[in-house]
Amino acid sequence: MSAGGRLVDRAQPVHARFDGQPLQGYAGDTLASALLASGRRVVGRSFKYHRPRGLLAAGPEEPNALVTLRDGGRREPNIPATTVELFEGLVAESQNRWPSLDHDLLALFGLGGPLLQAGFYYKTFMGPTAKAWRLYEPWIRRAAGLGRAGRDPDPDRYDKASLWCDVLVIGAGPAGLAAAAEAAGSGRRVVLAEQTPRLGGSGLLDDSDAVVAAEAALAASPDVTILRRTTVWGAYDGMVLAAVERLADHLPAPPPDLPRQRLWRIHAREVVLATGAVERPMVFPGNDLPGVMLADAVLRYALLWGVAAGRRIAVLTNHDRGHEVARRLAGLGLQVTAVIDPRPTAATAAETAALGITVYHGHLVAAVEGRHMVRGLRLAGVDGSAGPVLDADTLAVAGGWTPLVQLASQAGAQPIWDERRQTFLPGPLPTGWRAVGACAGDGLPEVAPLPDVTRRHRGKAFVDLQNDVTAEDVRLAVREGFGSVEHLKRYTTLGMATDQGRTSSVNGLALLAAARDVPIAELGTTRFRPPFAPVALGALAGRSRGAHLRPERRTPMHDWHLAHGAEMYETGLWLRPRAYLRPGETVATAYVREAKAVREAVGIVDVSTLGKIDVQGPDSATFLDRLYCNAMASLPVGKARYGLMLREDGMVFDDGTAWRLGPDRFLVTTTTANAATVLGHLEHLLAVVWPELRVVVTSVTDQWAGMAVAGPHSREVLAAALDGVEMSHAAFPPMGVREARCGAIPVLVARLSFSGERAYEVYAPWTEGEAVWRRLLAAGEPFGIVAYGLEAMGALRIEKGHVAGPELDGRTTPADLGLGRMVSRRKSFVGSAMLDRPGLTQASRLQLVGLIAVDRQPVRAGAHLVESADRAKPGRSLGHVTSWTWSPALGRYAALGLLEGGLRHAGRRLWATYPLRREHVPVEVVHPCLYDREGARLDG
Amino acid sequence: MLIPCPCCGPRSVAEFTYGGDATLVRPPADSTDPDAWCRYVYARANPKGAHLELWQHSGGCRCWLRVVRDTANHTIMRVELLGPWAEAIERKRVAAE
Repeated sequence: MSAGGRLVDRAQPVHARFDGQPLQGYAGDTLASALLASGRRVVGRSFKYHRPRGLLAAGPEEPNALVTLRDGGRREPNIPATTVELFEGLVAESQNRWPSLDHDLLALFGLGGPLLQAGFYYKTFMGPTAKAWRLYEPWIRRAAGLGRAGRDPDPDRYDKASLWCDVLVIGAGPAGLAAAAEAAGSGRRVVLAEQTPRLGGSGLLDDSDAVVAAEAALAASPDVTILRRTTVWGAYDGMVLAAVERLADHLPAPPPDLPRQRLWRIHAREVVLATGAVERPMVFPGNDLPGVMLADAVLRYALLWGVAAGRRIAVLTNHDRGHEVARRLAGLGLQVTAVIDPRPTAATAAETAALGITVYHGHLVAAVEGRHMVRGLRLAGVDGSAGPVLDADTLAVAGGWTPLVQLASQAGAQPIWDERRQTFLPGPLPTGWRAVGACAGDGLPEVAPLPDVTRRHRGKAFVDLQNDVTAEDVRLAVREGFGSVEHLKRYTTLGMATDQGRTSSVNGLALLAAARDVPIAELGTTRFRPPFAPVALGALAGRSRGAHLRPERRTPMHDWHLAHGAEMYETGLWLRPRAYLRPGETVATAYVREAKAVREAVGIVDVSTLGKIDVQGPDSATFLDRLYCNAMASLPVGKARYGLMLREDGMVFDDGTAWRLGPDRFLVTTTTANAATVLGHLEHLLAVVWPELRVVVTSVTDQWAGMAVAGPHSREVLAAALDGVEMSHAAFPPMGVREARCGAIPVLVARLSFSGERAYEVYAPWTEGEAVWRRLLAAGEPFGIVAYGLEAMGALRIEKGHVAGPELDGRTTPADLGLGRMVSRRKSFVGSAMLDRPGLTQASRLQLVGLIAVDRQPVRAGAHLVESADRAKPGRSLGHVTSWTWSPALGRYAALGLLEGGLRHAGRRLWATYPLRREHVPVEVVHPCLYDREGARLDG
Repeated sequence: MLIPCPCCGPRSVAEFTYGGDATLVRPPADSTDPDAWCRYVYARANPKGAHLELWQHSGGCRCWLRVVRDTANHTIMRVELLGPWAEAIERKRVAAE
């Protein structure tokens, strides 16, 4: 049309590109209206058959016109062209076609029709052809599909925010505007969410002045927040709704101060569903040819954007409002040639005819002529008689209305079938919800049930245009026993495309009801689930991407580590040095050097990541006695003890140390991985199980920096670095805990060893961690001190047979780990009652052993232990390798493992088999403590 | 889903850690009855409707709460503070009101 269009500004041309060709429109246009105005009828190719498809609708319910927008990191596939606001420089591409929209070679799929019928995935490639499936699958998946996502990272920001309101109104059509005005008038906080850029909905077609007035009144109200371009897509328990606001999708790129999209979590006291209704197409052969459109869409394109959908328009309808649309179109100057109405009479048929429009009562469309677009319509009587052929290039179909009840269904409502209007209405709604306007059925026309023309007349008749599901597919599903709504959906994929069956679900149910010969009301509907409309993964991720996906925890010595060649490793959220690489070294050579230095001289390792819990109160000793499986109450002040915590089911939960700092005060350490879980466990016991105990626990993990100094010279290093502490063996025996000073910095020192060497743990205030670390290094310089990382620490503890995370896998008891002697039999503790169950005391349980490689091949964690020397026939698994290392002390690969029967196999040769790496390594089963079993080095 | 924490006010469920069935009572420390321990450690009912359960406000005040939740629709019907300090906090709250 040369003029008109309530939403467009003809004074402002906008230039875009579609499939590389220039496309001109005006400010206010959508990509769809601009394409239609430019005369483009084929805008997409169908999912399975690659049939040419045109615009069906004018709103987000559009199933055919899916496009890919933009390029590079902003490339975004599968966007309905009807929702894309045209902007200067917009680049859009059609999808699922090769090489081009007009000449799509993949349309050959259409010729092989029966091969691709419903369920073809499950049938065609089953049984003997399973191998063929592997061959064809990539090809079929590529051919049947939608757009492809971009490969580059998205440069834009996405935000998340929360909103609280008294009333959330979803949809800003006339009913939504009225509901918002009413709620705002009573002084309540109102949020009005509208998925399009314009308020008004169907009001824009009728009385646009009233819309402008209503919008102005709401905008002036301080109680009302209007969210445009915002789709409410999820309804969750507790009146929480999810919405996505597209702040910058309509701009070439987001301005620097705006995110591209914002995900809203809306807490509402009351929800008003004013989502309206979408028009339904009808199912007849050829109903997918470009030019077959919804009548409401034809009217919208003409009235809102000044675009004539065609030159000779026929209207197919089964209700009086269809006649009204035909007359309005004629009134706008479009050439409406005919109204086809299956009903024998229509109330306003005379008015329609008076405008020179021929009314064909008792007729339906039996076939659509044309290859790439509508050229003519072959009618048939509802009784099956032959009808005339009409010359038309556009068929506007008005098949009744489907209220958008999805959000109500998500919230738990059961939609109810309304026979008079041939549609599902929301039904009884949950507390706090109400439906208004067309969504509640208000103003929807009475609709005549449609006779099924698809049995009588040949040709593909589509129900779900986006997933290419035909009427015959529905009948096939029923014949094959998939006749319930839920089965039909899964077997045919009807309603499972990105449009979620907006325009197809009711027609599908009608065909299903006809095939099963039951009323539609008996079928019910599938339960709708979030999201109501597709949501970009970027919006769901928000800022939680890249470095923000997981926060990073650094110890006070982090910068020092980096400056000294540390290769860092993520353990939980912590970053820890694996090894400190000197020029020319790899991790594999560096850790061997570091571990050797600890055994021969002295080393220092950052243990700040260990969990630390301050336990205080008169009942602290009693509490720890109940917490650990070994005795703790007897621990004297100034001493530390290794402690093992079990779960109530008797399995080892965590290990660590407890330092008695005073009669009523302990410092408890945990493994790095379990720090938070252990604290929660302690808090649970104190709040829920033993509230009578007078104990308070506090996490001090981030208050104490920790470092372990280990090796034959560790004592000299501490003596040189610390003041106020007597370091002799007698004054500071193993397991002793002392206060000291490092310069002016107060530190806490415990003589604990994880490496088997004489060793001390030094704890300093977090902010002084690096200072103390540097002083210890300086003091150790004459002794050749080296900093060592996780790998060397692992090597040292494996040589000593100390268990750690890989062995504490939640399935091992203290006895399994060779720690049975630690378990006190004189007290009750968490896990004590379940520990003696027959299943936990069997001799055949997986138990800790040491493993030494017989030759030079590595024994990897994850390998299974077997008796067979034959790699091809390893036989039954007797256990597995949990931790492994090159042992500098033994000069061999050494490992710890869990083996059925444990040390009963000592001295035997087994094989560690790792089929994925084709490794099959002979190992000797030995005691887990591989080095200095007498512990002579500990006491020095 | 919001849980009204008696210390912190209504907070998103994301701040809380589920602690399981709150009706379970740990058998006395000296109990050696395997059935009683088995019930405490393993047996759980799966009721539809009101369920008495434990939650910890792990991302907030770290208090343990005893909550009555409707398992059918996640309505929180009651929340109480647990632990030795529960009474003191409740007194303070009442005094503040």
